[in-house]
Amino acid sequence: MATINLRQVEKKFGSSYAVKPLDLTIKDGEFVTLLGPSGCGKTTTLRMISGLEAVTSGQILFDGQEVTWNHPSQRNIAFVFQFFALYGHLTVRENIAFPLQAEGASRDEIKRRVLEVAQMLRIEHMLDKRPGSLSGGDQQRVALARALVRRPAAFLMDEPLGALDAEFREGMRAEIKRLHISQNATTVYVTHDQVEAMAMSDRIVVMSNAEVQQADTPTEIYHNPANLFTANFIGSPGMNLIAGEYRDGQVQVPGGAIPVDDGWRQVLANGLDGDGKVIVGFRPEAAEVQPTGALAGSVYASDLHGGYSMLHVEIAPAQIIHARVERRVSFAIGDNLRLGIQPDMVRFFHPRTEKAFAKEERRS
Amino acid sequence: MAAQVAQTPPVSTPVTISTRVDQVGMRPLIASWVRGIIAVLIAIVMLIPVIWMGMTAFKPLPDAVSVPPTVFFTPTLEGFVSLFTQRRQLSAEEWEAMKQRTDLSWAEQVMLPRQQTIIGESQFGRQLLNSVIIAGSSTILSVIFAVLSAYAFSRFRVPGKDDLLFFILSQRMLPAVVVTVPIFLMYRQLGLYDTPLGMILLYTSFNLSFAVWLLMGFIDEIPREYEDAALVDGYTRLQAFRKIVLPQAVTGIAATTVFSFIFSWNEYAFALLLTSDNARTAPPSIPLILGTGGIEWSTIAAGSMAFLIPVVIVTFALRRHLLRGVTFGAIRKG
Repeated sequence: MATINLRQVEKKFGSSYAVKPLDLTIKDGEFVTLLGPSGCGKTTTLRMISGLEAVTSGQILFDGQEVTWNHPSQRNIAFVFQFFALYGHLTVRENIAFPLQAEGASRDEIKRRVLEVAQMLRIEHMLDKRPGSLSGGDQQRVALARALVRRPAAFLMDEPLGALDAEFREGMRAEIKRLHISQNATTVYVTHDQVEAMAMSDRIVVMSNAEVQQADTPTEIYHNPANLFTANFIGSPGMNLIAGEYRDGQVQVPGGAIPVDDGWRQVLANGLDGDGKVIVGFRPEAAEVQPTGALAGSVYASDLHGGYSMLHVEIAPAQIIHARVERRVSFAIGDNLRLGIQPDMVRFFHPRTEKAFAKEERRS
Repeated sequence: MAAQVAQTPPVSTPVTISTRVDQVGMRPLIASWVRGIIAVLIAIVMLIPVIWMGMTAFKPLPDAVSVPPTVFFTPTLEGFVSLFTQRRQLSAEEWEAMKQRTDLSWAEQVMLPRQQTIIGESQFGRQLLNSVIIAGSSTILSVIFAVLSAYAFSRFRVPGKDDLLFFILSQRMLPAVVVTVPIFLMYRQLGLYDTPLGMILLYTSFNLSFAVWLLMGFIDEIPREYEDAALVDGYTRLQAFRKIVLPQAVTGIAATTVFSFIFSWNEYAFALLLTSDNARTAPPSIPLILGTGGIEWSTIAAGSMAFLIPVVIVTFALRRHLLRGVTFGAIRKG
């Protein structure tokens, strides 16, 4: 398995950036997800790592060895495609054996390793079928088998679950995660599905506008988003973001005032522009319905999500925040209520730079 | 007993959930039958001229020209024999003498009812062979060139791609008549007049424009991911082309082959103008059978039959690949 280093890697199509200069180190055995909306450059980044796309400038290193201009076949990687890319004119067995034949492995060796990997993925009974006759989940297992059989230095996966029906998706997610752990394989995984990214990754690289917005563990990304984009993009719905003004130890927002913790006061006083304008952010689960809560609003809508309800609360015309409440409490549309915000879950963003403020004692 | 049963762990069976499937009623079945019958009827209507031609080829001369036309007749090979031979009309005495002889060859016996004897071979066999060589070679050449250029157009950033493609297509826009005279003069200068090579080059260049466009459509449909997968699996682009693209494009290649072959095989105007003896193909030869005296309908029909067979063979050999979707594989479209 390999460590992958990207140094100032960039990709331009004509004069526009597909990927702005990007630095990223993927450690040996790490599961890193590139997450972002479509067109953010995540797939291009993956394809540059694989060698299917040439870089415009920058360096790519595998285990310290420069591979920037190596042919994909010389990089010892496996690529799993969204639409599987199984060869319809070959049987499952021939599909899995395909990379081994390129290596010139012996017939016995091929047979043994195909069977081994087929057993691991529980597809040994369908080796002589054609991929076209298999279900989506099984096709993806075959694609994984083809990737695994060569024992590559790294797995690159481009939305491997995107083409699957919902019923297979969760099962396959767990299967891929288990494979990653059992193989201790360096994996770079591209998805636009944040649930997948959260569930599977050691580290998430959030991308947007051809740039990395934040690269960190799922917990950090969720609780301490680095900027407004990540705050809004991660979570469904994303973080509640309210523009307000910091004055006298609290932030004045429509519907009330949010008190600011002692730890934050100095940070805000130093970091804000003179007008005190600030954006307050908190996750829906940080808001609770309390008779003495800081924010007043009326119920705009309420969705039952099975285990909990999502309240949409209008705190000012056309400004809606989300609060996650217990499923047994129910509110009628138009009910007035007050929301209390857990102080330790409040985050602050600079309206001009869109960056998050960081407390002194926290790592930056 | 009861205690023992309780000790064995319960056998775990996976939970299965039934899904309801509505039964297919009779209505779609009837509809498909009706469609089938209509298709057969249309096929019969379309085939009547071909069947009639086949019947005429085996008719003796009087039946071939009789009015009203005969449907039942004694089949004879007169038409085919006269197609491949040169014959002389016999006088009444000679005819009687011939009838008495027992050492007549099979072909001479066939021609006896017509009061004719065989004096040599006709050109038609050679012309048919010319057709096979010229149409076959030009088809193979145009398909090879077309696959390669269609692949390049489909996969690589070719400078001026759209203009080039339009230029290729524009080769088809000129009516043949417009270019025949320049080509004729050119061919005479180059020594390509009346040579198989000249005809092969001509038909190849004609077929190429159409073949490139047709194949490009097919290759565009093969997702790039297939080749990408082969590239990361350790193959070079050329290997990926051979192992992945070609087998996937086999439907398109078959279709292009059939179309190219039919064009080269049927081509009449240029063959008439650019060949005389050496490289003459079958199409301009058949009308010459009209010959002197009465119109030899059965010979003409026999010539058309003989002319039809290679096309039938090629199409039949490739019929499986012409059915689309047989080899289309497992790439799911979102």
